Amino acid sequence: MIEFLLQPWPWCFSGPMIAFVLFLLLWTGKSFGMSSNLRTLCAAMGAGKNVSFFQFDWKAQRWNLVVASGAVLGGFIASNYLSASTAVAISPATITQLNEMGILDAGQSYMPAQLFSLAAFSSVKSVLLLSLGGFLVGFGARYAGGCTSGHAISGLSNFQLPSLIAVIGFFVGGLIVNHFILPILL
Amino acid sequence: MRTLLYFSIGILFGITMFKSEAASWFRIYEMFQFNAFHMYGIIGSALFCGAIITFVLKKFNVNSVVDGEPIVIPSKESGWKRYLFGGVFFGFGWAISGACPGPMFTVLGAGFLPILVVIASATLGTFCYGLLQKKIPH
Repeated sequence: MIEFLLQPWPWCFSGPMIAFVLFLLLWTGKSFGMSSNLRTLCAAMGAGKNVSFFQFDWKAQRWNLVVASGAVLGGFIASNYLSASTAVAISPATITQLNEMGILDAGQSYMPAQLFSLAAFSSVKSVLLLSLGGFLVGFGARYAGGCTSGHAISGLSNFQLPSLIAVIGFFVGGLIVNHFILPILL
Repeated sequence: MRTLLYFSIGILFGITMFKSEAASWFRIYEMFQFNAFHMYGIIGSALFCGAIITFVLKKFNVNSVVDGEPIVIPSKESGWKRYLFGGVFFGFGWAISGACPGPMFTVLGAGFLPILVVIASATLGTFCYGLLQKKIPH
């Protein structure tokens, strides 16, 4: 059992575990939607003073920030105590492709050093890429009314047509950038 | 007590995101290249189980275990513009940063500190949506 947990989890275990988290949140009277945290953060920092979108009782949403804090600790536990190795075994085709684009640690690490090692802080290009990516994720998630958890998991599980449209949008946007823009940007 | 409950659920979520590798930039890149089944298997099996869970909770009118109130699973507002346009913007950012709003927090805990730039700009992006909300099509 421990041996199994220390390996990267296969999809057929990971997917049901995500559904279990969805169940726990629904069963405790909440919902599974992680991007709401960003709106709550804005409201908690006082954005409601100027912008009506952030005028709501953010303290009622504190539970979601607590879930996010737990996710931080979960990431710490998983990487430090639950992983024999954190290298991600992506397919050989992907490794070759990324190597050609200059990402040499593909297949050997959890995240590309170019974007996520401490050295990335001193690279203008890396900081710009992370800022642009983050901004679009935050803007897009709120515009679409949810992200991967809220639409792709919760919404589709509840057979919501709007969530299907949003997920199609996620993939249209992701495929365009992945195939045509990333090769230029990286 | 409730704080501890939601904190524990968060820990479980964070561990799952890390160990499933859904929080890895490489897995998101590979997903958009259709080079592996892994991410599609995760999303597909989560959906399969999630649909059964959602159906059962609604069918049997299960009450919340915390306060006994009925579980309400709200429907999304109808329309398509905000979902398509917002979704495409989200997809642009997802492919660049390799992070969606849940795994961002997991990646931070795993010690990849530049994710702080992503979290800060995602919060700024959310704020800008709030500013523009009434001016863009929904």
